[in-house]
This record gives sequence, C-alpha cells and structure tokens, in this order.
Amino acid sequence: MKKSRKILALCLALAMVVLCFTACGDGEKKPEADAGNENKVLSIDEVEKTVSKASDPVAKKDIKVGFIFLHDENSTYDKNFMDAAAAVQKKLGLTDDQVIYKVNIPEGDECYNAAAELVDAGCDVIFADSFGHEPYMLKAAKEFPEVQFCHATGTNAQTALTPNFHNAFASIYEGRFLAGVAAGMKLNEMIESGKITAEQAKIGYVGAFPYAEVKSGFTSFFLGARYICPSVTMEVKYTNSWFDIALEKESALALIKNKCVLISQHADSEGAPKACEENNIPNIAYNIDTAKELKCENTAIISSKINWAPYFELMINSVIEGKAIPVDWCGGIKEGSVQLTALNEKAAAEGTQAKIDEIKGKLEDGSLNVFDTETFKVGGKKLDTYLADVVSDDKFTPDSEAIIDGEFSESTHRSAPYFDIIIDGITEI
Amino acid sequence: MNKHNHHEPLIRISKNDAMPWQKAWAIRGACILAAFIVCAVVIVFVTNLNPLQVFASMFEGSFGSERKIWIALQNTAILLCISLAVTPAFKMRFWNLGAEGQVLMGALATAACMINLSDLPSTAIIAISIGASLVSGLIWGVIPSLFKAKWNTNESLFTLMMNYVAIQLIAYFITFWENPKGSNTVGIINFNSEAGWIPAIFNQKYLFNILAVFILTFIMYVYLKHSKHGYEISVVGESENTARYIGINVKKTIIRTVAISGALCGFAGFLLVAGTGHTISTDTAGGQGFTAIMVSWLAKFNPIIMIFTSFLLVFLERGAGEIATAFRLNESVSEILSGIILFFIIGSEFFINYKVSIGKSKKEVN
Repeated sequence: MKKSRKILALCLALAMVVLCFTACGDGEKKPEADAGNENKVLSIDEVEKTVSKASDPVAKKDIKVGFIFLHDENSTYDKNFMDAAAAVQKKLGLTDDQVIYKVNIPEGDECYNAAAELVDAGCDVIFADSFGHEPYMLKAAKEFPEVQFCHATGTNAQTALTPNFHNAFASIYEGRFLAGVAAGMKLNEMIESGKITAEQAKIGYVGAFPYAEVKSGFTSFFLGARYICPSVTMEVKYTNSWFDIALEKESALALIKNKCVLISQHADSEGAPKACEENNIPNIAYNIDTAKELKCENTAIISSKINWAPYFELMINSVIEGKAIPVDWCGGIKEGSVQLTALNEKAAAEGTQAKIDEIKGKLEDGSLNVFDTETFKVGGKKLDTYLADVVSDDKFTPDSEAIIDGEFSESTHRSAPYFDIIIDGITEI
Repeated sequence: MNKHNHHEPLIRISKNDAMPWQKAWAIRGACILAAFIVCAVVIVFVTNLNPLQVFASMFEGSFGSERKIWIALQNTAILLCISLAVTPAFKMRFWNLGAEGQVLMGALATAACMINLSDLPSTAIIAISIGASLVSGLIWGVIPSLFKAKWNTNESLFTLMMNYVAIQLIAYFITFWENPKGSNTVGIINFNSEAGWIPAIFNQKYLFNILAVFILTFIMYVYLKHSKHGYEISVVGESENTARYIGINVKKTIIRTVAISGALCGFAGFLLVAGTGHTISTDTAGGQGFTAIMVSWLAKFNPIIMIFTSFLLVFLERGAGEIATAFRLNESVSEILSGIILFFIIGSEFFINYKVSIGKSKKEVN
C-alpha cells in the first residue's frame, strides 16, 4: 500500500513538473506592454488628438456591430442598453444579421472570448456594457487592432494608449441633480402641508457600493434636493451588490424605519421602489420608469436615466464614415444622453415640471454648476483643492486637480465619475 | 416479491442487469433522437423557427470556428477536472456538495500568490500557486470529512455550507484587491507582466489546461480501477460494514479520499485563475462544482466516460448561448432545449438498467 501511494505521488508530481517546464520553456518573457506609458494625465481633448485612430470606412450595408451584455433583458441595467441598441438599429436601418447580441457574459475570460468570437463573426465595432468587462475588452482591442472596441463606464481608455479602445459615459450627475430638484419640491410640499417639519426632511438612499460612480450620483442628487429644500439631510445605506432584490428592499425599509421621508436608490432591481409603494413613501429612481414599468403609480415621482442611443449612433456612424471614435466620450443633456423619464403628476409636487425645466435651462447655459464649491462643505470647510484618482493604478494615487474655477469638475478628466467625497449633510450608515 | 400475485400490474418494471452493450447504445441513440424530436416540436411551437437551423447553430456553438473549438475544449477541461475531483468521494458515497467552495478556495490561493508574489519569476509563482491551491482545496474538503469521521455529522449540509463560507471569504479579499477602489472587481491580475500566468503552449493559451486535465483523467482512471485505494473506495461505498470486516480503516479511507477530492478541486481553481481568467470573483467557479456532480454520475464514475459527459454538458451550454445569439432568443429558451436533451439522456439510463414490460408477463423473472 505504501509503495503504491509513493508511486502515485511520484507520478502526480512528475506530471506537474513536466507540464510546468514544457509550458514555461515555450513562453518567452513578454516585454512590458505599456513600457512607454508613464501615466501622465492627459485631458480628454489632448488624448483625442494623439491617440484615437479610425479604421477604414465601411459601407452601411456591410457594417456589423457586436454587443456584449452582462445579463439579459431581465436586468434593468442591461435592458436600458438593449433598448438603446434596438432604437439605433431601427433608426439606421440595420438588419438583425448586422447587429449581434451576446447576453449573460460574465466579467471574466468569457468576455474576452465573446469579443473574439464577435471579431470572428465579422464585427467592425464591439460594445460591452459592464464595468468589469473593461480589462477583457482592452485585451481584445490589443489583439485585434483593426476592430473598434467601445466600453461603457470604464476608466482606462485615456491611459491605455490603444487607438481602437474607447470609453463612454454620460454626465449623469446633471440628471441626478434634476431628479433631486423633484425630490426637493416634494419635501417642500410635505413641509408646507405640515406633514413634517423642516428638520424632519430626511432622504434615504440605497446605494450599491461605496464607489465613485455611486457617491457622485447620490451627492448630485442631494445637492439638487438641497437647492430647493435647504434643510434636507440624507442617509446612505450600501447593499454591496449591484442587483439584489431582497437586500435593496430590506435597506429601503430600514431607511424608512429611520424616519427617512423620501427614498432614492442606485441599484438595479425593483426592491427599493416596490418597498416604497407598499409603504406610501415617495421614491425617485434611476434608469427605469418606475411609475410605468413597475406600476408604482402612487409613489414613483421621476427617474434620471442615461440614454445610450446617442452614443451608439455616434459609434456606428463613425465606423461607417471612417472617422475616429472619441477616446473617452461623455454625453450630456444637450446630446440627449442624460434624460429624465416622464414626471408622474400623481406622486410629484405641484409645479415640479416647471421647476425642472427652469433649472435644466440653467444647467445648459452654464449659469448653474452641480458641484459648485459654494454649495457644499466637507468637514465644515469649503473645498478649495482636491486631487482625484483619475488614472487607474494599483495604489489609487490621487493624480488630478478636480477643483477648477470654483467647482468640482466632474467627468472632464475622464467620462466615468470620480467625485468620491462624503459632503456635510450626508451620512453613511 | 410475491410470486403468486394474480393482479398483474399493467406496466411492470424489473431490474435488468446484463444488457448487451450494442443494445444499450441503441437505446441511448434512440433516446437522443427522441430528444431532438421533442426539441423540434418545442422550437416550432414556441419560437416558430426552423428546428434544423436551430440545431445547426447549436452545433456551431462548439464547432463553429477554431476559436470555438478551443473554448469548448477548455471549458470541457475545467468541468472534467472538477468532475474527476468529486468522483472518488461520490464513489465512496460521501456526498460532497462542496466542490464549488473547494474550487473557489484553490482559486483564492492562486490569486493571492499571483498578487502578493508578483515580483518572483513566473515559474516560481506557478509552482507555489499549484501547491497553495492544492492545500487550500484539501483543507476545505477535509474539515467536513473530519467532522463526519469523528462525530458523524451530515456531510451534504456541511460541505454545502462550506461553499458559502468560501464565497464570503472571496468577497472579503476582493475588498483588498479591488481595482479601482469600491468597484468590487479585481480586474486582470498582473495584466502587463503576466506574472504567474500559465504560458501559452504552441501559441495556444488553453493547451496547458487541456493537457493537464487529460493526464489527470488517466491517472484517476488507474487510481480508481487498479490501485488498492480505488478498491477500498468502492468497498466503503458499497458497504462500510463489509469494509470494516475485511480490515479496511474506514475513517482513514474517508478522510484520505475527501482530501484527494478537495485538493483536485483546488487544482481546478488554480487552472481557472492562472490559466483561464486571471481574475477572481465569487463567480469564478460559476456553479461548475454542482454541474460536475451530474457529469460524474452520468458517467457512472468512469473517468474515461466523463470526458464525453463533460463535453456533452459544455456542448449544450455553448449551444444554448449560440442559439440565443443567432436568433436573438432569450437564453432561457435555449436552456429549455438543453434541459429536454439532458432529461432524455438520463432517462435512457433508466431503460438500460430496468426492463419495462406491458401487460402480462410470459414468465416470472427470478
């Protein structure tokens, strides 16, 4: 028995060692791919001039577009992308054979394989919708330089110096601010009707992760609400998941129990809005028309949302015309990327629409800035300087001055948000 | 059974031990054919598509291009590796439902080595990763088996719960390794230096995984069929009392076998991180720890047949994805088709193992 055990152990060990060495003998040490990259921070415009490169033009009838989605249409996050893709396909008159979907692609090697398969299928441009897809898209972009790769919510395009790799996002903080205005109007109505006192105006916020995108979102929402209702405060509760119906519902209920009189959320499920509808607490959502699609008619006021159609159109048309796709594109209200869903008059306060329109005009003409440093304090002090972590590195070194001309300049160094400060008036619980 | 039973049931089911292999394969073939016919009916009624086109694209999923063949082989290798790992324990009737967690622990150990030892030469990182992943998978498997041997705890529940502990551990470590902060993703580990990555052989990055598992399959075959340990495993599986009677140390056999299972699961975790994904997340094992159980049982614990059963499951999965892409169907529809096919394949084993006769039996069996 001892002998057989020894032999087996030897065999196993031998097999491993032999495999190891044959494997290692073959693979030569690869040179550092980004040796020339010294991590200097270029603005989006500068990168545009130096990096982005177009492929040859493609006839519209020959173009093929590939989409990689994290889930399928059952996730509100992915549905938002799929709806936009379908709208653009229709608008540009592309056939189903020209637009290829890969759904349920996890954030791993599968994403690289999906991208490579789309290249094999003849795609000229490939888009992926989830943050974690980025490194795999970048890997594919380096391998297939003749194909354009576009990635939503990513952060690496401007430092990767890969001409066919692009990021995109939207200045959603503007949409959040406008949604916050609707919240402020509702709070004011509750105060005036005597339902709550001014001091009781407390918002509850269900956030996914303590990540810049989430923090930037709830801060701009809060600033919008405070612009209308100066006494407002906010409590934030994280679920540490992008999609968890039960946990989001639970968090909303906990916030309601904490005497929050209005709830908003940044997470992808119907958990929080449904909890609000059941408890008759006003709710403001993200990326989904909760009043219509979730039937929360009594409590859903409005949603801010990113409409990806303008970007998809730009991306596809650029490839058709042989123009360079922007390295890091950030759509705003003007481009139609930042939108609000239809206001639910039944739940909203009177005059909300007029107020939103008024402030939307101010945001567009620049007379109002969302992150104006006059409007918020951090630890009791005004923010005069702040180094944001714009360039991704292992040590998260802050590298770029974000306070420019008296405002926190969000989504200008790169499209993905980097406002990650907790301002006075907001508490994380 | 009452031999003088005059109330003959309409359908009689009796054990059929010795069926000639030609007949067994004929039954299997017929069942697969029947499965495709039922699928065709479902396709026509549910989606209005041409079933032949749908089957063709299902085939495309695994064989459509050179790349797809490699991906299918790689996925088969990983699933096969986990299936091989769970087999000794299952053969011993130790219900190890913890393969998922054991794979994750191996993956976690590998990721830790790749991240923390990134300054060492790649070969050294790989060697250390292999050792660390084997040990962590082993520990994760042995904990429940020690409890089983000492206090006779229920191993199904115990191993199942160990999965959740492993998932939480990974979630915990991700908060240290995540890049960028707060994003809850680790990204590709050592993206530029490729330190600790299994290198490509003949320019094929999956070839190492495939070869390693191939070799492992034969080792496992020999171990189960022709070694004393393999014999002990099957005796303990059949009857612990018999094992005790002929002088097998049952406790020792249980712990040793589960340790091997766990270590091999850990090795699968190593292949997943160092060879395939170069990242770690709570989804790294992707439920394959459970699929592997089906692979193992379908092959009746025969490692060589497991090559085919694991490929079958990968083929169905890749086919489902391809159908969803080609026809813009919701992936659930294609999964229904996979379900039907699997149902018939498992069903065919019933008709091979049992004899079904309708009406009066001519002669009493026995």
